[in-house]
Amino acid sequence: MKFDSPATTNPIDRLKVVGKPIDRIDGKLKTTGTAPYAYERNDVAPNAAYGYILGASIAKGRITSLDVSAAKRAPGVIAVVTYQNAGKLAKAKAHTARLLAGPEVQHFDQAVAIVVAETFEQARDASRRIKVRYAATKGAYDLAVAIKTAQKPAPNPDAGADKPDTAVGDFAGAFAKASVQLDETYTTPDQCHAMMEPHATTAAWEGDKLTVWTSNQMIAWAVRDLTETLLIPKENVRVISPYIGGGFGSKLWIRADALAAILGARAAGRPVKVALARTQIFNNTTHRPATIQRIRIGCGPDGRIAAIGHESWSGDLPGGGPETAANQTRLLYAGENRMTAHRLAVLDLPEGNAMRAPGEAPGLMALEIAMDELAEKLKIDPVELRIRNDVQYDPEAGPKRPFSHRDLIGCLRTGAQRFGWDKRSATPGRVRDGRWLVGLGMAAAFRNNISMTSAARVGIDRKGVVTVATDMTDIGTGSYTVIAQTAAEMMGVDVEKVVVLLGDSSFPASSGSGGQWGGNSASSGVYAACVKLREALARKAGFDPATAVFDDGKIRSGNKSATLAELAGDAGLSAEDTIEFEGLDKAYAQSTFGAHFVEAGVDAQTGEIRVRRMGGAFAAGRILNPKSARSQVIGAMTMGVGAALMEEAVVDKRYGCFINHDMAGYEVPVHADIPHQDVVFLDEVDDKSSPLKAKGVGELGICGVGAAVANAVYNACGVRVREYPITLDKILAGWAKV
Amino acid sequence: MDEDFIPVSRRGILAGGVATATIATAPASAQDSPQDRPPPSATTRLKVNGRTMTLTVDTRTTLLDALREHAHLTGAKKGCDHGQCGACTVLVAGRRINSCLTLAAMHDGDEITTIEGLGRPDDLHPLQAAFVAHDSYQCGYCTPGQICSAAGMLAELKAGVPSHVSADLDDPRATADEVRERMSGNICRCGAYSNIIEAISEVGGIKA
Amino acid sequence: MKPFTYERVATPAEAAAAALKNPKARFIAGGTNLLDLMKLEIEVPPHLIDINRLGLDKIKETDQGGLRIGALVRNTDLAADRRVRKDYAVLSRALLSGASGQLRNKATTAGNLLQRTRCPYFYDPTMPCNKRAPGSGCSALQGFNRNLAILGTSDQCIATHPSDMAVAMRLLDATVETVHADGRTRAIPIASFHRLPGTTPHIETDLAPGELITAVVLPPPLGGTHIYRKVRDRASYAFALVSVAAVLQRDGTGRAAFGGLAHKPWRVEAAEARMAQGPKAVADAVLAGARTTPQNAFKTVLAERTLAAVFEQARA
Repeated sequence: MKFDSPATTNPIDRLKVVGKPIDRIDGKLKTTGTAPYAYERNDVAPNAAYGYILGASIAKGRITSLDVSAAKRAPGVIAVVTYQNAGKLAKAKAHTARLLAGPEVQHFDQAVAIVVAETFEQARDASRRIKVRYAATKGAYDLAVAIKTAQKPAPNPDAGADKPDTAVGDFAGAFAKASVQLDETYTTPDQCHAMMEPHATTAAWEGDKLTVWTSNQMIAWAVRDLTETLLIPKENVRVISPYIGGGFGSKLWIRADALAAILGARAAGRPVKVALARTQIFNNTTHRPATIQRIRIGCGPDGRIAAIGHESWSGDLPGGGPETAANQTRLLYAGENRMTAHRLAVLDLPEGNAMRAPGEAPGLMALEIAMDELAEKLKIDPVELRIRNDVQYDPEAGPKRPFSHRDLIGCLRTGAQRFGWDKRSATPGRVRDGRWLVGLGMAAAFRNNISMTSAARVGIDRKGVVTVATDMTDIGTGSYTVIAQTAAEMMGVDVEKVVVLLGDSSFPASSGSGGQWGGNSASSGVYAACVKLREALARKAGFDPATAVFDDGKIRSGNKSATLAELAGDAGLSAEDTIEFEGLDKAYAQSTFGAHFVEAGVDAQTGEIRVRRMGGAFAAGRILNPKSARSQVIGAMTMGVGAALMEEAVVDKRYGCFINHDMAGYEVPVHADIPHQDVVFLDEVDDKSSPLKAKGVGELGICGVGAAVANAVYNACGVRVREYPITLDKILAGWAKV
Repeated sequence: MDEDFIPVSRRGILAGGVATATIATAPASAQDSPQDRPPPSATTRLKVNGRTMTLTVDTRTTLLDALREHAHLTGAKKGCDHGQCGACTVLVAGRRINSCLTLAAMHDGDEITTIEGLGRPDDLHPLQAAFVAHDSYQCGYCTPGQICSAAGMLAELKAGVPSHVSADLDDPRATADEVRERMSGNICRCGAYSNIIEAISEVGGIKA
Repeated sequence: MKPFTYERVATPAEAAAAALKNPKARFIAGGTNLLDLMKLEIEVPPHLIDINRLGLDKIKETDQGGLRIGALVRNTDLAADRRVRKDYAVLSRALLSGASGQLRNKATTAGNLLQRTRCPYFYDPTMPCNKRAPGSGCSALQGFNRNLAILGTSDQCIATHPSDMAVAMRLLDATVETVHADGRTRAIPIASFHRLPGTTPHIETDLAPGELITAVVLPPPLGGTHIYRKVRDRASYAFALVSVAAVLQRDGTGRAAFGGLAHKPWRVEAAEARMAQGPKAVADAVLAGARTTPQNAFKTVLAERTLAAVFEQARA
């Protein structure tokens, strides 16, 4: 099914199941510990041996010698695999660095060896008996230095970076002429996904056939990348990933655990499972790259933006890409004269890549502080400033490219009203509650809506049970449930009558989970398959598919009806289709919007910062399941609090690694950091986004929230921190200057 | 920044597995370990979820790995293996602990309750049911640890154990802030905290 | 983790005998730090002596009117003990501000004192670290040291001691009771229990090999207002940037000890003579001689401000 014109009324609009806050259908498995994750597949690979990875202890250079003899002699060891005996491997196009080092080492903790042993303890021990000598070479690890030689990156449409630079009108001239100017530089640090489940894979070979149970967001990409890496035909690879313990972008591509398990299994002649140790994850896998961002905004006293410029510098390994932190500035606010630019430096740190809302998350951390600073200069309320600069079309393309639906103003007003924004003092440092200086801050939320081709197969059996199969994944987003709701709505059955099978490359290829496209795209694929199945059932019943009504497990036409179970018969019926989005994303800017509000306390003596209240209003098309969608938003807000106040993968610029590489050193928010979160969705349907009239919502919540925290901190204590994370030492330094 | 902080030649020697261990730990390096002999093992009798099991495991086996890899009770999760995340939380004699930071051998005779022992999909523990009702999870990986921790935490609260945020050490109140502090050893990167607190509060009779 | 043999002992005498037989053995109690370090091969004991069932898990009143805390009393139980809550609230508060509920349920009194630093270079076996690999150099001096020590440091090591409990023990003038492998016992004042790094940062305490902590003894209660104030980036489950343990009396006298500043809990008795002059006077005396880096220089300001906050809290 092509989706190339706005959706009209369809069975989803009945909203008997879709749009209801039903409990997750996988909830009982998750809460009882019976949902099987990739390292737990005793059911399918009961005799798996244990693999353990040894990572490189230099950031850049060459392996000059490898002595695995002691490891091979160690008790329980079955096999040791290094580049010397791994066989021919290639780097998949999607990977910037190779998954197995040797002889070249491209980054710290790049996998050097895999030891397979009878037990986990033996494999871990033996991995450390491998003697590796390196010849280290100089690398570049300091972004502030490397940006001096930064280059304009090559366009990479696959990574949402189709244009590194954009320009409209005369930015420089208009900025120079503006009576009110803001010109500030902001920095965001390297950040880590730190999902709770370490990257893990169980792999098994049967002859040439490979089965990989792995924790992965994008099954079709995993098959593709394994094919490219192992140089084997696609037909020989099966990837299975029904439960994923969080990804946030870190599991968009297969990582060293998968290759290690696969090579280990080949060498050992039996299934092997490998999980990255937590301490390895920070340097072995990807991270969100640090950015340096310069923002210039010029306007008149009325606050209407005349010129807006956003430049972002980031680094990556050779061949990598930029963090597209200026992208949202192309779409968020009005202004005749505009420019955005990305520059990419070469850094020999581990591979930088997508983390929840790549681009927007760090970009809005900067832009939305800038807007707060501008509001203060103008003496205009920050909410009002954003309202004044609302624009109903793509401001780079002009009115010919309107937004499919944009209600940022509704989000701002609703959020402000619910939060009690009118009680905010515009002057910082005015509110005190015991030892706490209390401030309010806000920021706009913006995340582009991306739609991806997605296929599904839907069948019905003689008991009237509807089974959906697609290689879509559920990384905590609620895919199982919204897909079940979609199928139930389309087929007119209870959600309990729907079985959802996900995460298997033998199923039709879906959009996968990433870029907040999964829920809308994959459900639309299921919609398409359901339309076909409805047609088949209607035809079998002798009804007109266009007018037949599916309800209560039956199909009706006029006063005639038949049960779906009867029509399915013993053989059952099934249909498969693919949703393909064409054209509407070109004709219309499609984005999701919101407004964040935060109350922060800053200890008047120590500068400790705590978030006391948070809330927001969000507009993201039809909300397929308000319960799981709300969870997506509060979770993203939580991650945004971490980004604002504590998360920093600290670069050791001598050794070229992230040195705080565990969960004690890389702090993420805990329960005590997060207050109750008040989240409301605007009632919205977007007929240009998909047949479901929904949009993505999984990443919107992290977009802007960090700046809302930053702005609340400023409002509380009067110290403007432009270098994330905002920690008490920066507050104390700010006070010392006053 | 001095790029040559560590000369390449020295770095070459320092880096790697055993090379480092030799420098780090002269008294007991790999040379002292039995290389061709099997590693020492220990036999331990665990009462897990009411069932007694006798396991003979490598002495290095943690309680977590004994449960997951030997008893095939994979409900307790390995998130960090260093006591930094709480995903491995189980109850030992009713008290919540990180099962990753204790050896199976140390628990001979102990009664252990894992998430599988609290309830089953067809017979949920009230906390499990409340987590479902309040959508107190997303990816689900920290969830068993959160639930076991909550069970242990509510018992501690009931027994009057104070916390960091108790205004009066002698009279800890059953408030949401108390629960947040007491649950802070269970990290949820998906950020379901707000919903977890609601679920626990409902079961534990906690005031907002 | 290297292979090790394991034995469980039932009495302190058995523990001592086991230690005599196996000089490289380590005692294991809670295990929350030892196993953490063994997994990274920072600790590689060939033999573990499990002392959990020695029965040293009681808190008893001493003839002097203080408390004798068994070495194996778990942090949760110590913090929740009625007598500790009433008379040594600063100790209860310090314990409760550390780690997590799960860790406190397992970690012991003696083990808490023996925690090793959380310096990231100590924790990464591929990095030079004089504490882990004597003579290899200190990576932290010119590396990531925001969280590290500013007092009592050396050119060899700027690690901090991570314990909160130990700061309160230092404030309370606790005594550490031990038994040697040969049966001799001794009592070590907490002030001399932990060492400064000097040129031997790998030697962290006054304990001899095989010496077992049996109890920590608290002198009679001090009265006064007990406060433990811990400052950190994250609201919970994080080590201190700076912490202050204080007992303040109505007459303006009192005691203060600091965490997060040094290789050991930091207390300057001479500075306490200035309590009546207010927090700045005390802090100036405590922080005299501080050696800071650009990343951790804030700790001097923070220590003074935290002490000021403690004074404010005591007044409130």
